[in-house]
Amino acid sequence: MLENTSPQPAVKQRKAVALISGGLDSMLAAKVVQDQGIHVEGINFYTGFCVEGHTHAIRQKDKNKNKRNSALWVAEQLGMKLHIIDISEEYKDVVINPKHGYGQHLNPCLDCKIFMVNQAKAWVWMEENRFDFIITGEVVGQRPKSQRAATMPIIARESGIDDRLLRPLCAKHLSPSLPEREGWIDRESLFAFHGRSRKPQIELARKLGFEEFSQPAGGCCFLTDKYYSRKLADLWKARGQRKYELDDIMLLKVGRHIRPNDRFKIMVSREEGENNFMEGYRREFTTIRILSHKGPLALIDGNPNTKDLELATRIVARYSQGKAEPVISAQIDPKDDVSYVIETRPCLPDEIPGNWYI
Amino acid sequence: MGEKVYRLNARRLLCPLPVIRTQDKIRQLDPGDILNVICTDPGVLQDIPAWCRINGHAVISVKQENGDICIRVKVGHP
Repeated sequence: MLENTSPQPAVKQRKAVALISGGLDSMLAAKVVQDQGIHVEGINFYTGFCVEGHTHAIRQKDKNKNKRNSALWVAEQLGMKLHIIDISEEYKDVVINPKHGYGQHLNPCLDCKIFMVNQAKAWVWMEENRFDFIITGEVVGQRPKSQRAATMPIIARESGIDDRLLRPLCAKHLSPSLPEREGWIDRESLFAFHGRSRKPQIELARKLGFEEFSQPAGGCCFLTDKYYSRKLADLWKARGQRKYELDDIMLLKVGRHIRPNDRFKIMVSREEGENNFMEGYRREFTTIRILSHKGPLALIDGNPNTKDLELATRIVARYSQGKAEPVISAQIDPKDDVSYVIETRPCLPDEIPGNWYI
Repeated sequence: MGEKVYRLNARRLLCPLPVIRTQDKIRQLDPGDILNVICTDPGVLQDIPAWCRINGHAVISVKQENGDICIRVKVGHP
């Protein structure tokens, strides 16, 4: 018998893109696939609603908190490249018109996941299809809106990725994806996590040697926050349309927001870090600064009349060191007019009804 | 041919936007080029070096002056 001396065809190195949020699940999903010999690169999307980063950067009281970006940290732990993509502009339509509706607050989780997988697919296409499939850290039953058995096929279908979407942590609850059917991935080594318990993930993390990982309560998106969503809903109502710019959603993250009437809203900084951040917006808003005492900077959004600005000044004075004085002086810098100084009496606590606080 | 030096103004941007702007700028540069990124968010002190480490670029220096943070990056091979 003649020996076959022809060279064996080289086994193609399979490549995957993992959606990396910076949380534990996406980290584990990427690691599990890496451990099967797949080349994995991470992709992380910036929507403008990401919890980390901004608030830590702004607030002085958080200055000792670790300011690292969790997604970058995860990528470094896994020794993989991370591509961070700014989708804040395109993401507006997801927030404003979610086809599948909102979760408990203004969180469009199902539409968000579909959008992100679709964006990852578009990115892969742009990268000349160097990647064979996409990985997410989803777990069946973990999230009431987006991570249910019924929504998993919707995400795969509506994102357009179909069976090139692999969810390693709950794969055994799902039909085999293309990477499993083709043998690029050993299905038996994948997992059958289910439900809201975090124990299986924590056990797997320990088994894989991770001692440190990020587990943000309620996820990593401000839209899952009740108070943040309330402020966004108020912004839309006051403007009479469901629109926002990036600066709007940044400012919803800082200060006390107080709306005495439909004409205007007051944003009062709570500390030095917020004061510094809000200083950057002085030219875009009417501002109030207490002159006679130490106090916060306030930005006024809307179209207040002169009486409204006096009321706003009295409210801002309530948060200054002159709050117990009979009279304080303050400077008002109208957005499109000449600055002036007024003297007025700070509000008493019961002069600011609870329902003014947004 | 000598290295080319570029400058990126990322002042007032909060992380991860300075990282994204750095990433997008570096995509347009050649290996060996230098990029000076000027930022104000202290988060960049961790994030830009971390991004450079995982993507094969080198942070040459980090300077802080008058509230500005200047990070000098040498572009690596993709």
